[in-house]
Amino acid sequence: MRKLLKYLSEYKRESIMGPLFKLLEASFELLVPLVMARVIDIGIKNHDLSYILSMGGILVFLGAIGLVCSITAQYFAAKAAAGFGTSIRNDLFAHINSLSYQEIDTIGTATLITRMTSDVNQVQSGVNLFLRLFLRSPFIVFGAMIMAFTIDVKAALIFAVSIPVLSVVVFGIMIFSMPLYKKVQKQLDRVLLTARENLGGVRVIRAFNRQNDEVRRFDDENGTLVRFQVFVGKISALMNPLTYVIINLAIIILINTGANRVEVGIITQGQVVALVNYMSQILVELVKLANLIITISKALACANRISSVFSIEPGIKQTNQNEVKEETDVPKLEFDQVSLFYQGAKAESLAGIGFQVMKGETIGIIGGTGSGKTTLVNLIPRFYDVSQGSVKVGGINVKDYPLSQLRKLVGIVPQRAVLFKGSIRENMQWGKREASDEEIYRALRIAQAKEIVDEKGEGLDFIIEAGGKNLSGGQRQRLTIARAIVKDPQILILDDSASALDFATDARLRKAIKEETKDMTVFLVSQRASTIRNADRIVVLDDGQMAGCGKHGELIESCEVYREICLSQLSEKEVQ
Amino acid sequence: MNINKHKSTIKRILNKIAKYKWSVMASLFCAFLTVVFTLYVPILIGRAIDCIVGAGEVNFNAMGMILVQIAVVIFITAAAQWVMSHINNQVTYRVVKDIRTQAFNKLESLPLRYIDSHAHGDLISRIIADIDQFSDGLLMGFTQLFTGVLTIIGTLFFMFFINPIIAALVVFVTPLSLFVASFIAKRTYSMFRMQSQTRGELTSLVEEMLGNQKVVKAFAYEDEAQRKFEVINEDLRIWGLKATFFSSITNPATRFVNSLVYACVGIAGAFAAVNGFLTVGQLSSFLSYANQYTKPFNEISGVVTELQNALASAARVFELIDEEVEVEDDSNAIVLDHAKGEVVLEHVDFSYNPSVTLIEDMNLYAGQGKRIAIVGPTGCGKSTVINLLMRFYDVNAGSIKVDGNDVRNITRKSLRSEYGMVLQETWLKTGTIRENIAYGKPDASEEVIITAAKEAHAHSFISRMPQGYDTIISEDGGNLSQGQKQLLCIARVMLCLPPILILDEATSSIDTRTELKIQKAFAKMMEGRTSFIVAHRLSTIKEADVILVMREGHIIEQGTHEDLLTKNGFYAQLYNSQFAV
Repeated sequence: MRKLLKYLSEYKRESIMGPLFKLLEASFELLVPLVMARVIDIGIKNHDLSYILSMGGILVFLGAIGLVCSITAQYFAAKAAAGFGTSIRNDLFAHINSLSYQEIDTIGTATLITRMTSDVNQVQSGVNLFLRLFLRSPFIVFGAMIMAFTIDVKAALIFAVSIPVLSVVVFGIMIFSMPLYKKVQKQLDRVLLTARENLGGVRVIRAFNRQNDEVRRFDDENGTLVRFQVFVGKISALMNPLTYVIINLAIIILINTGANRVEVGIITQGQVVALVNYMSQILVELVKLANLIITISKALACANRISSVFSIEPGIKQTNQNEVKEETDVPKLEFDQVSLFYQGAKAESLAGIGFQVMKGETIGIIGGTGSGKTTLVNLIPRFYDVSQGSVKVGGINVKDYPLSQLRKLVGIVPQRAVLFKGSIRENMQWGKREASDEEIYRALRIAQAKEIVDEKGEGLDFIIEAGGKNLSGGQRQRLTIARAIVKDPQILILDDSASALDFATDARLRKAIKEETKDMTVFLVSQRASTIRNADRIVVLDDGQMAGCGKHGELIESCEVYREICLSQLSEKEVQ
Repeated sequence: MNINKHKSTIKRILNKIAKYKWSVMASLFCAFLTVVFTLYVPILIGRAIDCIVGAGEVNFNAMGMILVQIAVVIFITAAAQWVMSHINNQVTYRVVKDIRTQAFNKLESLPLRYIDSHAHGDLISRIIADIDQFSDGLLMGFTQLFTGVLTIIGTLFFMFFINPIIAALVVFVTPLSLFVASFIAKRTYSMFRMQSQTRGELTSLVEEMLGNQKVVKAFAYEDEAQRKFEVINEDLRIWGLKATFFSSITNPATRFVNSLVYACVGIAGAFAAVNGFLTVGQLSSFLSYANQYTKPFNEISGVVTELQNALASAARVFELIDEEVEVEDDSNAIVLDHAKGEVVLEHVDFSYNPSVTLIEDMNLYAGQGKRIAIVGPTGCGKSTVINLLMRFYDVNAGSIKVDGNDVRNITRKSLRSEYGMVLQETWLKTGTIRENIAYGKPDASEEVIITAAKEAHAHSFISRMPQGYDTIISEDGGNLSQGQKQLLCIARVMLCLPPILILDEATSSIDTRTELKIQKAFAKMMEGRTSFIVAHRLSTIKEADVILVMREGHIIEQGTHEDLLTKNGFYAQLYNSQFAV
């Protein structure tokens, strides 16, 4: 939380003025019972109508000032809270964007999104409530007691006893029931999980005729939920009756004591009424305070979660801000004894990888699931840092490039075809903001995606829905390939990004890339032997190790793993 | 929402509650006790104060009696209040449990057509969030609506009982606070709408950018994203400030009106007291009523909104509960047992959507023990055939027969247990690996389970896991790779080995070398069993007895691998494109 407080310090004035005005309002409120006491003791007793009227005037006046003060306070609180939330959001978004793949993998995007949205909202409204109410309620509780002391010390002692007793009851019940509520929430999550699982597996469940068992299981979870709910309900239901009894017992004692004091002439009847009024006020404020503490503690938990995101250091730091110049007469790309450990992983994901690639070459990368293909290509744009060895682009270690320059050089098409809400043109311009329609059409042609755009009446202005929902999987893939080509990168990486294309389209795509972009160095990652068999060089991965590197013909002879892969997909004749 | 729908929803809720009518009666009785006594206490306190006139003028005897009365009354009130809350909790949660179970039961018997065509998120939110909302509303309605109304009536009654004129004054002035509150609420509504709209925009931007952060980074798009974000965020700040501020005026404003009421009662009461119409104690009772009187009004308006939400939620839940279930099995349907596995499709027509034809006049004969492969481009209807075979959907025309019986005359249970199915999407339930493998036969012995796992090539990776067969699979199998999940799905079928098999892209997420091993297991599994294999990797289906080539809902070619290659049609084209440059 402390980390986030600096965002509030931008609104120091508002954060001080808000509570201050609130206290002012509360003080006026505390005066009301005293005024009424005077009405009774002086006005009624002496039959002084004009005195009563003037006291009535004071009551209205106190109310009006209270109104002004409290509106002022609300304004300051709202302003501070809204500004606070906005600054946090901006910084948090920037911070998350500075994180590398490694951190994103560990935290998970779903979590980051929650931090960014609902957590910040909770903190923001927590700050608002805090500024408005947190001082007010304790102030009224203690203020009422102090006012009681000004009336009569002996009667006020009853306050001094009942306030702690009430607090113990109110906060005790709250502290006891809060973890129970968490338990209820957890159980509700289990019920939700059961329901979700059943929808997802509806076919399997029915195929195995397990519907009745699933209903029984749901019934169990649901029954447990109800048991928890009733139990926690039973305890929270104690709050009102208990506090009611305590406060009224206190009032009984107060009247009794008051009566004794009046009898001996120390206080008046009106003052007894005032004391009773103060006592009633305390209860209302204590309950408010208890609820407020719940809200604030939730907001604090959110704040801590946000701070923990802020405290994550980006794993990949750019050490060099200045553009570097590539060397000539060196391989375009070089892997030199590269190893990679993922954070928390037991074994290394890549070990001792070394190969060189010349400008304009096409490189195939093949291997089983989990063999490290994607990991390998992710090292080129420095999405991860190598644990050992080095990756060089144009003779220079990728760590020595400014990130933006490096990523401009490399165009990568990830496995999952992601497009963004907006027109096709906007999506195509992601890699190159000023790309002309001609450049876009050229890329679309190469990616075999021109027909998709032609089909749509709006052409490049066709609006893609969030997540590309209004396109098929194959269409999305081709558009993401085009998006990378628009960038005109020197190195193009297709990470299994033709998997949703049929073999014929896949083949046409590869042909077009080869013919139209002669200087481009292309990486083809695939599980399909047919996709990579004609590459200039093929890197065969097996469990993170390089099992072979060479042309199709050579590997068939020399590399056992490669042979197996090919034979599992193609016939003996086709392999040759 | 229209009134009739509201009415019928309310009626159904009342029906559900009727089961607990004695509890509800008891709760209402307690509520009545609570309210009456709560309101009676200020009067007693007023009387006690009237015993304290001034120095030497205190009537201790009378006051003592009254104080004892107060003590008795507050204990009764507290007890009644606790009993009432407890009953309300019980009734609400029981009613909600009944409804939730009913809704879930529905889920298990709804036709696949319904489940496939509705977003799962929506169905789940009906069963969880809507029912939760309903339960909150019901509980609040129980506890606050009745007591609130009763409190208002009771307060009026007691006030008129003490002094009709001042009571009338209170009645006239208090609506002012409601008026002010609704005035502000109306003004702020549009600001709240703008706030939540902007918040929605911001959330969708965040979801898009952070959800696909790897793409953002690959294109070095971070600055652009930040710029877009800050623009919307600034809008949100402005609307958030307005909405928060204007809505937070309500509270001070109504409090101001209340203090006006208080002042009026104070002055009028004091005047009346001066003229001897009112005692000081009665004045103090009045003041405490004036403080309380407006509270239920403010609460009730909250309760009413809450109840409206609850009703809308309940209506959505009932909508689900009212959906038509799968057509019941015919009463004289056949129970299939140890089928031979001869499957025949005759003139089958089917489509998901009446306006878009899909499968038309499909005919197929799959003899006992034959291997049928189905290939074709995405969307050609391959998976639909499986939906029909398993009777997840019924044909629109024509018939499907197993061992000569129309599937519509066979009980679903027995029909489905003749099929073993491995799908592309690997669904596993939360639970141990053991439970998952034995899903089709929960009483299977350890030995049988291990044998099945071995045959599916899953035993070795299972043994390497820390808890072996007792490893808990987390939600959606997060701790397993896609390939491992698929192997478990295969083991699950290996354990039952029914006479007909369906393998839908079953090995698509397994690398080809592992697949080769599984193919062997499959081959063994398929021996003597009728099998349907759907695949787009053509290498996996060369061995089939019949290959069906589908395109746009029609079987366009049919034959063995060699036949089809010689024919040099669509299949040959698909097959050869694998080897193009």
